Amino acid sequence: MANLDSRIPPGPLADKWRKHKADIKLVNPANKRKYEVIVVGAGLAGSSAASSLADMGYKVKSIVFHDSPRRAHSIAAQGGINAAKNYQNDGDSVHRLFYDTIKGGDYRAREANVHRLAEVSVNIIDQCVAQGVPFAREYGGLLANRSFGGAQVSRTFYARGQTGQQLLLGAYSALSRTVGQGLVELITQHEMVDLVVVDGHAKGVITRDLVTGQLHRHAADAVILATGGYGNVFNLSTYARGSNTTAIWRAYKRGACFGNPCYTQIHPTCIPVSGDYQSKLTLMSESLRNDGRIWVPKRKEDCGKDPNTIPDEDRDYFLERIYPSFGNLAPRDVSSRAAKRMCDEGRGVGETGLGVYLDFSHAIKRLGEAGVRERYGNLFDIYHEITNENAYRTPMRIYPAVHYTMGGLWVDYNLMSNVPGLFVLGEANFSDHGANRLGASALMQGLADGYFVIPYTIGDYLAGQKPGSRPSTDAPAFRQAEENVASQVARLLGAKGREPVNHYHRRLGQLMWTHCGMARTRAGLEQAIQEIGALREEFWRNVSVPGSAGSLNQALERAGRVADFIELGELMCRDALTREESCGGHFREEHQYPDGECKRDDTNFAHVAAWEFQGEGKVPLRNVEPLNYEAVKMSVRSYK
Amino acid sequence: MVASTSSKLISVTLRVWRQEGPAAEGRFVEYKAANLNPNMSLLEMLDVVNDDLERRGEDPIAFAHDCREGICGTCSLMIDGKPHGPHRGVASCQTYMRSFEDGAVITLEPFRARPFPVQKDLICDRSAFDRIQQAGGFITARAGSACDANALPVPKGAADLAMDAAQCIGCGACVAACKNSSAMLFVAAKVSHLGLLPQGQAERDRRVLGMVSTMDEAGFGNCSNQYECSAACPKLISHDFIARMNRDYLAASVRSVFQAESQAAGGGA
Repeated sequence: MANLDSRIPPGPLADKWRKHKADIKLVNPANKRKYEVIVVGAGLAGSSAASSLADMGYKVKSIVFHDSPRRAHSIAAQGGINAAKNYQNDGDSVHRLFYDTIKGGDYRAREANVHRLAEVSVNIIDQCVAQGVPFAREYGGLLANRSFGGAQVSRTFYARGQTGQQLLLGAYSALSRTVGQGLVELITQHEMVDLVVVDGHAKGVITRDLVTGQLHRHAADAVILATGGYGNVFNLSTYARGSNTTAIWRAYKRGACFGNPCYTQIHPTCIPVSGDYQSKLTLMSESLRNDGRIWVPKRKEDCGKDPNTIPDEDRDYFLERIYPSFGNLAPRDVSSRAAKRMCDEGRGVGETGLGVYLDFSHAIKRLGEAGVRERYGNLFDIYHEITNENAYRTPMRIYPAVHYTMGGLWVDYNLMSNVPGLFVLGEANFSDHGANRLGASALMQGLADGYFVIPYTIGDYLAGQKPGSRPSTDAPAFRQAEENVASQVARLLGAKGREPVNHYHRRLGQLMWTHCGMARTRAGLEQAIQEIGALREEFWRNVSVPGSAGSLNQALERAGRVADFIELGELMCRDALTREESCGGHFREEHQYPDGECKRDDTNFAHVAAWEFQGEGKVPLRNVEPLNYEAVKMSVRSYK
Repeated sequence: MVASTSSKLISVTLRVWRQEGPAAEGRFVEYKAANLNPNMSLLEMLDVVNDDLERRGEDPIAFAHDCREGICGTCSLMIDGKPHGPHRGVASCQTYMRSFEDGAVITLEPFRARPFPVQKDLICDRSAFDRIQQAGGFITARAGSACDANALPVPKGAADLAMDAAQCIGCGACVAACKNSSAMLFVAAKVSHLGLLPQGQAERDRRVLGMVSTMDEAGFGNCSNQYECSAACPKLISHDFIARMNRDYLAASVRSVFQAESQAAGGGA
């Protein structure tokens, strides 16, 4: 049984973080340089953590599998970042951002963590502007805002449709500065392939040099994983092709609990699938729903017609109809399921019938084509490149796609996992978004964790570790971990089967999308667990990984990642199966109201499920952390 | 139906640069790719070719890629001699097979420049860009030290122009397109982005001097004002920024000669 002490500070919700910061243990400035911290991953959370810790005086090693930290997938976030600045004077506050995020997460997130996130949101914008992030501005020179789903205030800051890029380049510039100053050792093209645990504490990692194939041992006083989400378990998703679960999965197999693995976000507005060769899906930013209207034809017979010939009275603007107070800005899980229901009714559009329209004709009438172009030009260009269609003339076709994972490694209030010394930041942890994340909150969480949480909380752990006590890389745990990795690599290369890695990734993805996607059932999940087991057996027997271990070998990289995805997929199905309720992105068909909305079960499931590895081939243990709501009353989440 | 996705399938011949490692000799190898949906991306076509190679136990073609939506800057192909291929303003990953005729021969090479050595096949090492960034491509702002974000208004025009420059994805197409392998557009974009903002003024001189000297040390060539870089840039970053950087560089160089440096050392009580 893992020890799941969330270490939430006592006292009133709004005072917890302030009080915790005042009470937390500190490391004396002269001692900081004696501690070495490994940060794996250099997206928003990893880059901001690495540079902030280096600025404080810690020795930092930043390890990324990309060729440059600037490539991390935070770069692809389009829409924006939330902050409770209330610059629009529209009644926003820390409390409102906290409340919207808790409600958006369908009451499955920790109150204390979310409140802290809302509190530090305002500092993030200050920090980014100071670094030179070119946010959109008004003519008076002040920052501009827009609205996002699940909120009735305008609190989203943005840089055209490239907010993630600009925030990441800001964090990357801070990381580059500290690398240039010799405060951070940057190691690129190295993939973390195992966590090293010494006497129960995380004290290092094993990496594989992706260029030479060599395995390396790195010792540290603490390890931070900021390695992103695991949505590529579905094969097709809006993630980058390289995004993977390997770092957190291998940490799970070393004892870190995996929190709520089944909580997956399906984003409502992505470009629909067009063929089985497809390698990824492209998001169309949620910000488009500020001005675009989503509809399907009222009658099935109209689905094949040119949408411009279908008059307004024959269109069903279904989000506006079902959710009049939020309309097209209903949250992502709600909007995605509504689109799926329309398509299930046979009113989907496009060749596959799996699509709905996102229509800008009213916005163009109101703002002119130039006005729409100024707000969303680059998104319309992306749509045109991919589909060869002009969305200024004909409505976009969109469909939901896997976009984010709310689940991740379990962490306490200090962002430390149940393995002491192992911290998990950003999308890789489970903590802030509950069962559904609101738009523009991922960037906020990544930077909150890296700039404003970990710099304080890591000291609480390190202050208890004797300076200079980190183990040598000759310790048996390092040798054993390295041998473990080498033998897995040898097994993959030695299978010499008949099918490429992608073949197994595609099959896993289809299983997951069918049984553990937007709608889940007991029978489907049980079947998926069976089939994934069989797939795993076949993979290890029949995968073909050419080439050698000692060179740049992309097939081998993919094989290791897909092997981990297969195991994770099974755990996700198990988690979805045992969570006998519907909440946020987790929709069990058995648990719904007559109108198709989520039926939560707060009596039995107001808790975090934290899965604990029990050994190969054994059923993992489901630990539970109860969620106690003190400030907010759990209620049925309504956007009507 | 508005746009039909069921287009006629096409077949192409690929001439691909294969090179086992940095020191190995490279060569072109031909591959046939048949029955391709024109709506598939060029990289998806390479996935299909690689799946076939792997099925036969042969080494797949190594190529750099990640986000596949034109923003991460990882993909870096010379497609028929052009960085990122035939279309303006897109990255290699945003090139679709409908851009090629049925039966076309497509030549794929890595970006070629002395500061970008080939690691394998179509992958080159662009870490020189990171080193340039480390030499000044930042505004020093430690977490916790920032003032309120609206304390310093930034005129919309300056913010928009800074954003135009900041869009650079760091792919290196500008270098690959230049006969001198110049990185001036890349460096100018970063120098201009930060130099246009009020927050970037304190380090403006140090930044341009540091970045330019690191660029020179890395072996990138000079600009001879032909602007192939802007034409090849997937974000169409304007070469006007190069002129802006040259002005900054000249001013900073002059100032660095005449500016008195304080002799005071640190310490104190």
